[in-house]
Amino acid sequence: MERNMSPDKTPMPVQDPAVRSRNFGEVALGYTYEMAVSEAKRCLNCRHKPCVAGCPVGVDIPAFIGKIAQDDMEGAYLSLLADNALPAICGRVCPQESQCEGVCVRGIKGESVAIGRLERYAADWHRRHTCDIPPRPAPNGCRVAVVGSGPGGLTAAGELAKMGYQVTVYEALHLPGGVLAYGIPEFRLPKHIVQSEIDALRDMGVAIETNVVIGRTLTIDDLFDMGFEAVFAGTGAGLPSFMGVPGESLKGVYSANEYLTRINLMKAYQKNSATPVMMGGRVAVVGGGNVAMDAARCAMRLGADEVSILYRRGMEELPARAEEVAHALEEGVRIVTLTSPICVHGNDRGWVTGIECTEMTLGESDASGRRRPIVKPDSAFTLPVDTVVVAIGTSPNPLLRATTPGLHCDERGRIITDENGMTSRAGVFAGGDAVTGAATVIQAMGAGKQAARAMDRYIRAKRGETE
Amino acid sequence: MYRILEKDYLNSTVARIVVDAPLVARKAKPGQFIILRAKADSKRIPLTVSAQDPEQGTVTVIYQVVGAGTMELDTLSAGDSLHDFVGPLGKPSDLEGLQKACVVGGGVGCAIAYPIAKALHEQGCAVHSVIGFRNKDLVLLEDEFRAVSDQLRIVTDDGSYGEKGLVTNALESLIQAGNAYDRVIAIGPLPMMKFVSLLTKKHGIPTVVSMNSVMVDGTGMCGGCRLTVGGEIKFACVDGPEFDGHLVDFDEAASRARMYEEFETRARDEACRLLNREED
Ligand SMILES: Cc1cc2nc3c(=O)[nH]c(=O)nc-3n(C[C@H](O)[C@H](O)[C@H](O)COP(=O)(O)OP(=O)(O)OC[C@H]3O[C@@H](n4cnc5c(N)ncnc54)[C@H](O)[C@@H]3O)c2cc1C
Ligand SMILES: Cc1cc2nc3c(=O)[nH]c(=O)nc-3n(C[C@H](O)[C@H](O)[C@H](O)COP(=O)(O)OP(=O)(O)OC[C@H]3O[C@@H](n4cnc5c(N)ncnc54)[C@H](O)[C@@H]3O)c2cc1C
Ligand code: SF4
Ligand code: SF4
Ligand code: FES
Repeated sequence: MERNMSPDKTPMPVQDPAVRSRNFGEVALGYTYEMAVSEAKRCLNCRHKPCVAGCPVGVDIPAFIGKIAQDDMEGAYLSLLADNALPAICGRVCPQESQCEGVCVRGIKGESVAIGRLERYAADWHRRHTCDIPPRPAPNGCRVAVVGSGPGGLTAAGELAKMGYQVTVYEALHLPGGVLAYGIPEFRLPKHIVQSEIDALRDMGVAIETNVVIGRTLTIDDLFDMGFEAVFAGTGAGLPSFMGVPGESLKGVYSANEYLTRINLMKAYQKNSATPVMMGGRVAVVGGGNVAMDAARCAMRLGADEVSILYRRGMEELPARAEEVAHALEEGVRIVTLTSPICVHGNDRGWVTGIECTEMTLGESDASGRRRPIVKPDSAFTLPVDTVVVAIGTSPNPLLRATTPGLHCDERGRIITDENGMTSRAGVFAGGDAVTGAATVIQAMGAGKQAARAMDRYIRAKRGETE
Repeated sequence: MYRILEKDYLNSTVARIVVDAPLVARKAKPGQFIILRAKADSKRIPLTVSAQDPEQGTVTVIYQVVGAGTMELDTLSAGDSLHDFVGPLGKPSDLEGLQKACVVGGGVGCAIAYPIAKALHEQGCAVHSVIGFRNKDLVLLEDEFRAVSDQLRIVTDDGSYGEKGLVTNALESLIQAGNAYDRVIAIGPLPMMKFVSLLTKKHGIPTVVSMNSVMVDGTGMCGGCRLTVGGEIKFACVDGPEFDGHLVDFDEAASRARMYEEFETRARDEACRLLNREED
């Protein structure tokens, strides 16, 4: 096979920024067959596979890319699936530059192999070309419950179903998917892709019960009484933080969760949506992560005149995926760095009129290794805006903790687990953002998979079987 | 899907539906609410649990038709199904140890207050109820309140039924008559709850109000329902919906409740137009 020695990644075809910044269609259009094969040929099939170590779930990267290069697309997909249950999603949303692609050998002199784009290609190829439903695993007669249908819960459910467990997933909202459904917007992760992953789980026999809030509709104890032998809690980190500055309750101030939920889950961007959201005007988004980028890019698409992201550190420190930052800038989002809000101003009718900020400078590195922002004296200025979206982070929702006696959490509300993912309650496992605090899709999936295996061991041990 | 088993009207704009929702029926307590969606693309509407029957597996809610969402809900009849129905949400009312309480309801707020009056009555607490309406045609749950109240005062704004005046007038006269309440529970429009709270503060009577902030998820995830209580941010859906009336910032809550006024007016007009056309 002839290698492609181009130092650059095969570019991803995208919608024109001027057009896409006003629609919710997917931004990145995906490789063509020729592009995928050509990019796959850039992989050197390194003996030490540093990329694999960079992936939190250890996808055998050169193996699946090799199959694409040899025109074995289904083989590539099956190879991916061995380690990653949701490749169509991870290929789109993983922060590849700080994971697999960050340590790719080709990245030393030039650009890394486009691992994420190839992952997406193989998964999309499979979805378009293969429609046979895999045979259902033989049931082992044992029931387990999963709380929360984000990537962590879905992965745990899939793994357990494959082992023959009868799995029921309970989801508080009316739609499964967790952040994949209510947070990450359509233009970055089309909802039909999330839906097809969920359909695949249903085909495997997984039951998904929406509109059930564990802790309220049913408690963890109820689940055991109902005959479930173990429970996985993948309840995420859904509690929004606010800035704690004056004016935060003015009309026009949203948490990013509310803003994105109204848009994604309740489809407020559609003309006849029953759920309103503020559109147009000038929008400020506070924060610098993926959530801030998503909110800002949604604001553009809702017809905002001007969208500014206010971030207290510098461009280098932006925690968002590099690709999202680049896309946001192309779409006309302004990123104002070294800026921190101190007050939201409003008019006498209670509407936001502006956000007052101070400039920051960067001081010594803090415990996380990032340089600490320090207020620059006498630098306050007010940016006139009509809408403020606060995207400064989330923590685990306290509901499950408050309603489950004996479930231990740390001082930041994160569920404490042992090395097997088991909580302080016997038979209750947890993983994903609920345990780590807000992290990534692939990390939540890794935790779900690990917990599924530990749940299987736990149940077998309890039943007195040997492995 | 959650089947509507029964439906009847309490007055021209307020309907009561009994819904088949066994899991919710088993857990719901007075003070809690549910969120429903009428159809696949409907908005999420929070409504208080008015009654529950764990044996039959049913939950009763009472709604007033005020805008596009409740209009759409009102197009469903007994036999139809709701697309979504989740709950019980929020904290149950804390009624422990109350010996004598006054329950004050305003308008459709009476539907929210009634299960509390009933629970108090059932636990042996002396219950005085004051229920207020704009006029005679809007009076609801009178017999139900009478059955659980040791004293019932009905007031209307225009005097077309019961006493003429506001609920605060009737409450004040009860207090002045020497009734020592352990607690006043006031549920109704924001101005009503605000003025009841001001009155009871003067008399030093602990007061609980139920805050119907604009909600989306109802699980503490969006923060849209936030309000300021005693200077702190609280989420009505998980920290409430009941709060200490003497600590709630009612003016801010009233402002926030009007955030989508323009959208709502447009949606309501649009819904009226569509419904009228269907009837033609
Ligand atoms: C806007 C946004 C953009 C993001 N972008 C990226 C990205 O590009 N790349 C990336 O890797 N990561 C991204 N993330 C982070 C990533 O989405 C999360 O780390 C991941 O979804 C966590 O998965 P999870 O399964 O732990 O929980 P979640 O996805 O949060 O799902 C938890 C689910 O549990 C449900 N639930 C909670 N409590 C209960 C209960 N008591 N009973 C029943 N159900 C309950 C919730 O309703 C929810 O559906 C983003 C996050 C957001 C918010
Ligand atoms: C905890 C709680 C319990 C409630 N219990 C009852 C009840 O038992 N009976 C009853 O008739 N009503 C109750 N309500 C109010 C009811 O939810 C609203 O009347 C309904 O959502 C209005 O929807 P709409 O589309 O018909 O009206 P719209 O035209 O959209 O709005 C009319 C008014 O209703 C309020 N409202 C609108 N959307 C929401 C929302 N998503 N959440 C809360 N308020 C909203 C706003 O103040 C608005 O000005 C309750 C609200 C809450 C939060
Ligand atoms: S799952 Fe994510 S980190 Fe792992 S190989 Fe795929 S894109 Fe890279
Ligand atoms: S490090 Fe890069 S070039 Fe080497 S095997 Fe992995 S993807 Fe291929
Ligand atoms: S309704 Fe979303 S947090 Fe209360």
